[in-house]
Amino acid sequence: MPETKVLIVEDELAIVRFLRASLQEQRFHVFESTTGRGALELAVAKKPDVVLLDLGLPDMDGLDVLKRLRDWSSAPVIVLSARGQEQDKIAALDQGADDYLTKPFGVAELIARIRVALRHARRGGEGDEPVFEHDGLKVDLAARRVWARKKEIHLSPMQYDVLAVLVRNAGRVVGQKQLIKEVWKDAGQASPESVRIFVHQLRHKLEADPVRPKHLKTEPGVGYRLEAGD
Amino acid sequence: MAKKRPTPESFLSEAKQAEGRQARGRLKVFLGAAPGVGKTYAMLQSARVAKGEGLDVAAGIVETHGRKETMALLEGVEVLARRVVEHRGVKLDEFDLDAALARKPALLLVDELAHSNAPGGRHAKRWQDVLELLERGVDVWTTLNIQHLETLNDAVAQITGVVVRETVPDSVLERADVELVDLPPEELVERLREGKVYVPEQAARAIENFFKLSNLSALRELSLRATAEGVGAAVESYRQRQAPEKIWPTSERLLVSVGPGPNSAKLVRAAKRMAAGLHAEWIAVFVESSRQSLSPEARAGAIENLRLAERLGGETLTLESRDVVEGVLDLARQRNVTKLVVGKSERPRWLEVFRGSIVDELIRRSGDIDVYVIRGEGGGRAAPPMAPPPQAWAPAGEYGIAALIAAVATGVSFPLFPFLSPTNLVMFYLLGALVVGSRGFHGPAAFYSLISVLCFDFFFVPPRWTFAVSDTQYILTFVVMTGVALLISNMTVRIRSQAQTARLAEMRMATMHALSRELASLRGVQAILDASVRHMAEVFDSEIVALMPAAGGPLEVRTASGAKRELDAKERSVAQWVFDLGQSAGLGTQTLPVVEALYAPLLGAQGPVGVLRVQPRERERLLIPDQMLLLESFAHQVGLALEVDRLQDDARDSQIETEKERLRSALLASVSHDLRTPLAAIIGSASSLLQGQDLSSEKARELLENIQSEGEWLARLVNNLIETTRLETGAVRLRKEPGSIEEIAGSALERLEKKVLSGRAVKTSLPADLPLVPMDSVLLEQVLLNLLENAARHTPPGTPIDVSARAEKDSLVVEIADRGAGIPEEELERVFEKFFHGKVSKGAGLGLAICRAILSAHGGRVWAENRDGGGAVFRFALPLTETKNA
Repeated sequence: MPETKVLIVEDELAIVRFLRASLQEQRFHVFESTTGRGALELAVAKKPDVVLLDLGLPDMDGLDVLKRLRDWSSAPVIVLSARGQEQDKIAALDQGADDYLTKPFGVAELIARIRVALRHARRGGEGDEPVFEHDGLKVDLAARRVWARKKEIHLSPMQYDVLAVLVRNAGRVVGQKQLIKEVWKDAGQASPESVRIFVHQLRHKLEADPVRPKHLKTEPGVGYRLEAGD
Repeated sequence: MAKKRPTPESFLSEAKQAEGRQARGRLKVFLGAAPGVGKTYAMLQSARVAKGEGLDVAAGIVETHGRKETMALLEGVEVLARRVVEHRGVKLDEFDLDAALARKPALLLVDELAHSNAPGGRHAKRWQDVLELLERGVDVWTTLNIQHLETLNDAVAQITGVVVRETVPDSVLERADVELVDLPPEELVERLREGKVYVPEQAARAIENFFKLSNLSALRELSLRATAEGVGAAVESYRQRQAPEKIWPTSERLLVSVGPGPNSAKLVRAAKRMAAGLHAEWIAVFVESSRQSLSPEARAGAIENLRLAERLGGETLTLESRDVVEGVLDLARQRNVTKLVVGKSERPRWLEVFRGSIVDELIRRSGDIDVYVIRGEGGGRAAPPMAPPPQAWAPAGEYGIAALIAAVATGVSFPLFPFLSPTNLVMFYLLGALVVGSRGFHGPAAFYSLISVLCFDFFFVPPRWTFAVSDTQYILTFVVMTGVALLISNMTVRIRSQAQTARLAEMRMATMHALSRELASLRGVQAILDASVRHMAEVFDSEIVALMPAAGGPLEVRTASGAKRELDAKERSVAQWVFDLGQSAGLGTQTLPVVEALYAPLLGAQGPVGVLRVQPRERERLLIPDQMLLLESFAHQVGLALEVDRLQDDARDSQIETEKERLRSALLASVSHDLRTPLAAIIGSASSLLQGQDLSSEKARELLENIQSEGEWLARLVNNLIETTRLETGAVRLRKEPGSIEEIAGSALERLEKKVLSGRAVKTSLPADLPLVPMDSVLLEQVLLNLLENAARHTPPGTPIDVSARAEKDSLVVEIADRGAGIPEEELERVFEKFFHGKVSKGAGLGLAICRAILSAHGGRVWAENRDGGGAVFRFALPLTETKNA
């Protein structure tokens, strides 16, 4: 496997230093830029496999950088943002970001997110893996069958569709809007409320303790994430 | 008022008033004993000197009466154009107040202070023009003859036999610097003879009488005395200022009992002079006896006399008492009055024998109060009523009714004549007198007594069908019958009008009471104005517009009771004038009396707060002095209410400001400590790591863990600070969606379980069928995080925490319960205050305050209780349905 190239777009040197050290430790090839413009140039020149993008840049809006990048590149973008900026996160996901990390975050979390992003990027276009399995939850996408804790679970078609979207994006956050769009196709038919109700039903069918879900995690204010191994 | 004994408070309030308003102009009066002493001349001479010194002097109006010396003095002084007014076909030159205000010189000369303006001007009197000039910061010099001074009016009339109609209130002179222009009477008479004194031809005879040597001497003495009194007052107030600690002997206080008659006006003036001489406060009271009611004219007269007292600087009161003597004495004792001034009885002696003399009774019962009895004198100048008194004459129809009742009595008696003796038939006529009297008019009652006797005589007394009387016995019958009929009907009239007065008074009290009760319960300027305007429109049957200044700007209409909601430029300027000077104007006042509405200031204790424009549907009804007085008290009450409201707002603002200040310092203290400690730990640990090469890997790990945990602590603290600021400044917009408590509890628990909650059993009991609740899930997660962290921080490690939720009638209640030491009873409420620290607590004291802020933004609440079996429980409730106040 060729060395993975990571582009860090971040103007805070302390964060850059920490990212650089952690990523080089993991044998990633790291490029850095402290400005949006520099980042776009570097992206063209180096074609990174993953971009870590801070939304607060000195020269331009991080969301604009994301949009310009998405014009020609499908490389996964992970947004770095602070707590309380849920609206920015949602906007970034709508603009084509793959995931986000809330500062402060630990190294383990960072590496896990990058791995998930890379895996989805590699698989993109080649079709989904037919069977998802993680920590006792097994979903056979081809057969539309689901097992939890070694028992087959019967889901309604709607429940299954919601789960299937989450499985196809396993490990990644799936925003409310995206979920609605992918499950109902026509967004007019569903509301955040119905999403919440289906997720609630799924939890009660799949999780041992629905209050402390192992699989179906909530990202408050943004969406859901189905836990997946690295 | 220089004559009042000054107190330090009065100086303070004077100084405050002077600060608050623009600097007032100074008034100088050139006072003379009589026309021709050279007041105008002296004034112009001084004015030339002032002008020579570079002062901006202008002459508003100066009467030279064609005298060359005077005209020569006027040369070089700017003379303002006069206003030409046509009144009853005669063109009159008048002083132009607006031109003078527009010109606004530093010093303005205005001759003849006592002059009455032609109708159509802003003020009825020139002295009012002068007061306005002073209010607006123009210095004024003016001239005045002593006979025009209000309180000396009677004295002058006594000396000279000439009744002066143009008077100037003493208060005007009291605020002025007085310069006496003195000329020995002999010289004045000489000047008159030489034709040097201007004498209008039509008054030549009267003037001749006036300029008698004896008169002039007396007038000179009066003016010398008035000047000396002014100097004395100035010296006194100077002394007071020099030695503020000096205690003044307890002051005298005068009470003058005022009645309706013109003699009472004299009484008021006498009391004023006495009070001035004693440097005493004085009160004028009108006691209305509830046993005997007054005619509306009489009431108007009494109220006019009270107004005179008010103009002369006295405090005025009206009160109702069963017994006049008792009322006066009660008031006197209540107010520590030392001297009582009453008028001599005007009743004929024989009446006093029956009813007793009020004066005698007063003297007998007055105890240690001195009683001064002042001679009542006929032919004094009647106080002019403010307005035509309400109709007192009975309508002609009432006489017709009286005649009709006499006819009925006759008709009833007629068939009974054969059976009853004529003297018994009298009873029917007397019964009629009762009926006529009950209609409430004296005239028809007297008329009835007369015609009933005539009817009786004509129809029943032999010889019948003539007015002749054969038996002289009947003469006695007639006399008694007339007397009894008069007595009955008059008594009935009185009872009726008494009842009416009582009803009116009761209505007045009731409306005042209703308004004050409503005002007391209202907050906010608009609410107070709305209620007041509604009330007053009803009581005075008027259209009312209320104006208040917009933050330091001009007046604007705030509310209105009728269709009229806009004022034109002229009306606005009247309103502004009323506001600036704090005086009523328009209908029923002496300022711009022709306007169709009354403009009354809403006076608070610290000055005008607004203006009411009252346009009555029937002018006459508002013009009754009683109504005007009532309107004034209403306006005053509203003014006070508005002022109180404003003061409360101010107090609240300053309280908020103090609170903010306290929070800021608490924040600084708390943050500086809480930030420094972890920073010191992090820096210390990091530098040990950098320097100590020979650290064991175990030691190094310990230091690194220290850095990490302190860093995380810092992150949480900063996060809380940011959250608090955002919530407080309103930077947080709630993004409410139907959310699930189960979800956010799960995500909060996940975030805390590894570290904060490690080693604890956290039991959750969330029913699967909990409803979705409108909420901002990010903020609600914060609430749960803070509550869980709080529970973990304040309880021993390893003790359990229970999280549960249940749906209640209209809210979802979530509780986080621990098994720690619980919370002292008195702190249950305070734990939610910002920067509140428990006894053993590390933290900025923000977490729970944030919870409270978030929940109240949701229309919910959070509270703490102690738990049965030990420990604390924090509960919060979220409304199940959308609330507006979020």
